[in-house]
Amino acid sequence: MAEFSLPKNSRVQEGRTFKAPEGAKNIRRFRIYRYDPDGGQNPRLDAYEVDMDKCGPMVLDALLKIKNEMDATLTLRRSCREGVCGSCAMNIDGTNTLACTHDIRDIKGDVEIYPLPHMPVIKDLVPDLTHFFAQYAAIKPWLQTDTPPPDRERLQSKGERAKLDGLYECILCACCTTSCPSWWWNGDRYLGPAILLQAYRWIVDSRDEATGERLDALQDPFKLYRCHTIMNCTRTCPKGLNPAKAIAGIKKLMLEREH
Amino acid sequence: MTTDNRPLSPHLGIYRWQITMTMSIVHRATGIWLSLGTLVLIYWLIAAAAGPDAYTAAQALFGGWIGQILLWIWVFCLFFHLCNGIRHLFWDSGRGFAIRTFYVTGYTVWVIALLLTVTVIVLAYTLGGGA
Repeated sequence: MAEFSLPKNSRVQEGRTFKAPEGAKNIRRFRIYRYDPDGGQNPRLDAYEVDMDKCGPMVLDALLKIKNEMDATLTLRRSCREGVCGSCAMNIDGTNTLACTHDIRDIKGDVEIYPLPHMPVIKDLVPDLTHFFAQYAAIKPWLQTDTPPPDRERLQSKGERAKLDGLYECILCACCTTSCPSWWWNGDRYLGPAILLQAYRWIVDSRDEATGERLDALQDPFKLYRCHTIMNCTRTCPKGLNPAKAIAGIKKLMLEREH
Repeated sequence: MTTDNRPLSPHLGIYRWQITMTMSIVHRATGIWLSLGTLVLIYWLIAAAAGPDAYTAAQALFGGWIGQILLWIWVFCLFFHLCNGIRHLFWDSGRGFAIRTFYVTGYTVWVIALLLTVTVIVLAYTLGGGA
């Protein structure tokens, strides 16, 4: 059942303000979700005034500047800083995206940054993705075959390969899954958009020989059919992919094989 | 779905209201309101079957300004749910998954639903003569 309000230990309180250095002229305020697992206190929203004349253009630049120069305790995941690894996925200005590819100038007013929504928080902007990756493992994201391996690669036609476009680019950042209200309320059983897009990626792969079993595994009131075409997933994907369309593809295949 | 004593990160309270999520929630709300409306419809039919006294009482209830406002809301809910339902049928057939389509069809549903609602209300008062 959906719980719309946050549990008591999760309610966000006002935090501290870190002032910009003297003489800074071009200041932006960043309001960032903080949670210290050792303090025993509720999460809080700290404000940082950043001198934009000495800061890079992306939200990740500002976060690292804050961490380096203002508050070393700020904790976040980041790696590639170019939208390929998916580590710095977070909720920025109300939608889920990658901090490294989101331009600060596209945001009006204060820049509000939260961890990915409806997730257990380990520290500050770092959510616990254990369940997300367990769901990924559950769809068996690898090539399954019955036929003996050929002497060379398993070949595909250009058309067969083209079916994987828009699917293989997914970096599993979890932006879409954690933007989905249906996953918020039923994420224990509903697989969510990212994982279903991955499932579809293997279902439509011409080299995979377990298509039937894969569809069987999704034939369930929750795993697949909790998708109510809300479309937050497609709206938010920082890679411009379309999980909603992939899910619709699975639903169509489910129907087709019944007739 | 929390693990240990970890807090749950904010969700509905901080997520930006976009047309995607808004349409879905309004679709649900109108659906719930319509299902309540079927009970009211049944009440009206029973009143009509029960005789003139019961029917007069029902008509008085719907003819009052609260009754009228509720009926307008039901009319809007019907048309919103109908129009957005058609949108859902297209998605079920695997069409209309571009972000631009979400926006164009989403706003279109609002406009058409409101136009149909106004049309029905105007027709009801001009042709039906009100309560």
